[in-house]
Amino acid sequence: MTGNFNIVFSGVGGQGILLASEITADAVISSGLDVKKSEVHGMAQRGGSVVAHLRFGKKVYSPLIEAGTADIQVAFEMLESLRYLALLKPGGTVIVNTQKIPPLSVSTGILDYPADVPAELRDRGFDVYPVDALEVARAVGEVRTVNIVLMGAMSRFLPVTEKVFLDTIRKRVKPKFVDVNLEAFRKGREMSAAPVA
Amino acid sequence: MAEKTMTETILLSGNEAIARGAWEAGVRVASGYPGTPSTEILENLSSYEGVYTEWAPNEKVSLEVVLGASFAGARAMATMKHVGLNVAADPLFTAAYTGVRGGLVIIEADDPTMHSSQNEQDNRNYAYAAKVPMLEPSDANEAKAFTRLAFGLSEEMDIPVILRTTTRLSHVKGMVETEAPEESPVERGIVKSPEKLVMLPANARKRRVDLKKRLAKLVEFSESFENNRIEWGDRKRGFITSGVPYLYVKEAFPEASALKLGMIHPLPEKLIREFAAGVDEIIVVEELDPFIELRVKAMGIPCRGKDLIPEIGELNTEIVRSAVTGVPTGKGASPLEIPLRPPNMCAGCPHRGLFYVLNKLKVFVAGDIGCYTLGFLPPLSAMDTCVCMGASIGTAFGMEKALGKDALGKVVAVLGDSTFIHSGITGLIDVVYNKGFTTVIILDNRITGMTGHQPNPATGKTIRDEDTVEIDLKALCKAIGVKHVKKVNPHDIPATMKVLKREINRPEPSVVIAQFPCVLIPEERARKKALYQVITEKCTGCRSCLKLGCPAIEWVKLTDAERQRLGLKEKQKGYSHIDPMVCNGCAQCIKVCKFGAIEEMERAP
Repeated sequence: MTGNFNIVFSGVGGQGILLASEITADAVISSGLDVKKSEVHGMAQRGGSVVAHLRFGKKVYSPLIEAGTADIQVAFEMLESLRYLALLKPGGTVIVNTQKIPPLSVSTGILDYPADVPAELRDRGFDVYPVDALEVARAVGEVRTVNIVLMGAMSRFLPVTEKVFLDTIRKRVKPKFVDVNLEAFRKGREMSAAPVA
Repeated sequence: MAEKTMTETILLSGNEAIARGAWEAGVRVASGYPGTPSTEILENLSSYEGVYTEWAPNEKVSLEVVLGASFAGARAMATMKHVGLNVAADPLFTAAYTGVRGGLVIIEADDPTMHSSQNEQDNRNYAYAAKVPMLEPSDANEAKAFTRLAFGLSEEMDIPVILRTTTRLSHVKGMVETEAPEESPVERGIVKSPEKLVMLPANARKRRVDLKKRLAKLVEFSESFENNRIEWGDRKRGFITSGVPYLYVKEAFPEASALKLGMIHPLPEKLIREFAAGVDEIIVVEELDPFIELRVKAMGIPCRGKDLIPEIGELNTEIVRSAVTGVPTGKGASPLEIPLRPPNMCAGCPHRGLFYVLNKLKVFVAGDIGCYTLGFLPPLSAMDTCVCMGASIGTAFGMEKALGKDALGKVVAVLGDSTFIHSGITGLIDVVYNKGFTTVIILDNRITGMTGHQPNPATGKTIRDEDTVEIDLKALCKAIGVKHVKKVNPHDIPATMKVLKREINRPEPSVVIAQFPCVLIPEERARKKALYQVITEKCTGCRSCLKLGCPAIEWVKLTDAERQRLGLKEKQKGYSHIDPMVCNGCAQCIKVCKFGAIEEMERAP
């Protein structure tokens, strides 16, 4: 409607969602665009479901993405990819970390974790990119880069060059962690080269 | 900080922008109490040089401190969440009478939808009730600009200025144009003016009349304030709006005319009439109460408002669009039925052990505000009331007075260290003074947890992480007159059980300090801890450990083949498993397993 580009970041408190959305926002700003990013702090952060909205374009008014208008969702946890589907536009892109973090109702055996989440997303007509971000992060030697891996996978779909992202990471990350984060980003970016059928 | 003096456009949250605006305005003293969504304002401001910042024990103290700073001629600011202004309301109402010397700005953050609050009161009503001006920015850039100009306005009009923010401003980042800092023209020093500052009746009556004059001047200001502005568009429909809802209106109806109010008290009546004369129909779009709508109607101007726009919860573009057009947008995918993910105490949280014990004791738990309010959720299910900061002690004591001896051993009060200091101490004094037998449990996790780990008077650190006097909670309770004060480690479930059983049945006041540091504070994160694992062969599937509700413990359903392979009994449906990635080594689960199935794990090299 306003020609804005909308990204939903979803996941569980403590997964590094705020930092990933922050770096993405910085990368977008260096392309000279207007940005708004909405977060929730406080009680929700204690292991609860967390969502951040990032919007950019020539001029952004609302801090919140209107239902049915998100271009991309980056889900840091599989179950959480299903929670905010109403925000996505039809046929929108979903980068989904295949990591499962069971909510208490599941871990205590009361409810079941949904089966085959990527298939469920595909059935609903979304363009789905499952990423085992934890495994990729382990492979690059730093499990705390899960968020950067997912950012890498997402970056391919943004009107921002890879170089801008890499430069932003260099600026935002502590010097001794720069290389491992750059590697995590590149590996992540490879993961979304083609949708998994 | 040289980089902060440059004029540039940077990405800041509303809260960071308010801190920047205050610094640019030359604020010298700032005090607040942490509360979502306001907390980051003061945290951020404390990183600027040349500003004294502090966490006060509560919002009332914070406002009194900055009022004093203003009397001494300094620009001063208090920050708090919406319910914090209830606590600070006492000095607020009279500060409107005394007025100020240095610019005095109160930042208060409303939380429509109650993302992290116990109510969604609309604090615009305070501006009217306390007779003080209120500004309401829409985005981070305005938050910076309005905060900056609020100090000068306060000095010019001799009155405290409230700036209202909401969650979707405080926690939204946007582009902000920074400017160089300025200095207040007011000279700092001691200036005696008792007729203005001593609010005994004779003086207060004069100041009340003066306040009326100051408000009349503020109406004039509001009429010509550049941030109360008409954006003419299609004249068929005009929106009157302010704050974040303005953004939703612009997004949903970019072509419509809009009157954007940057100052919502006092309102610019002439400007509103001019706008009304220029459009066919007026719709007031505001979050929560019909604050603007009622006043527009009182001017005799017909308008629509809460007959269309919800009065409960925060708005968004979709809500505004469909409320005004009458057509549901229905653009998004239909929701799925999936397991909810409410927040939970962290793995290794010391509060868990305490609530596990309270659940077993089956007592009525008068609770309070903090991370530990999550003790309400199953499976711990051990909180029965939560009203406001510090209320636990008074409500537990009141139940006792209503029930008499029948309450002995059946009611306890539970609150955190910071909450106890905020407003629990006075409740405890009431218990002692009026001969109660309440047991008060102070969850002392050495930090203010829920709002993101702020130091408090019991931690021995200031907002800038400098060492300071650490309040001795035990000595404090003793000084109040509580004879029985015991410390326990809540991770040690059997010991905690023993102490609590004894104290809650004691016919005298008692305090139990359940002390262990929050698992998220840096020292605890850095501490090497043993991890634990379930020996599957020993697990009987009794589910006792699951009653802790620890996010690290997971129930694994058994298939027939697995059951045979593990040599487990036929009726066993599953076993517990501990995720080593999540476990924080608190060892509470060992204490609740009767079968010795949980053991320390050998640390991976």
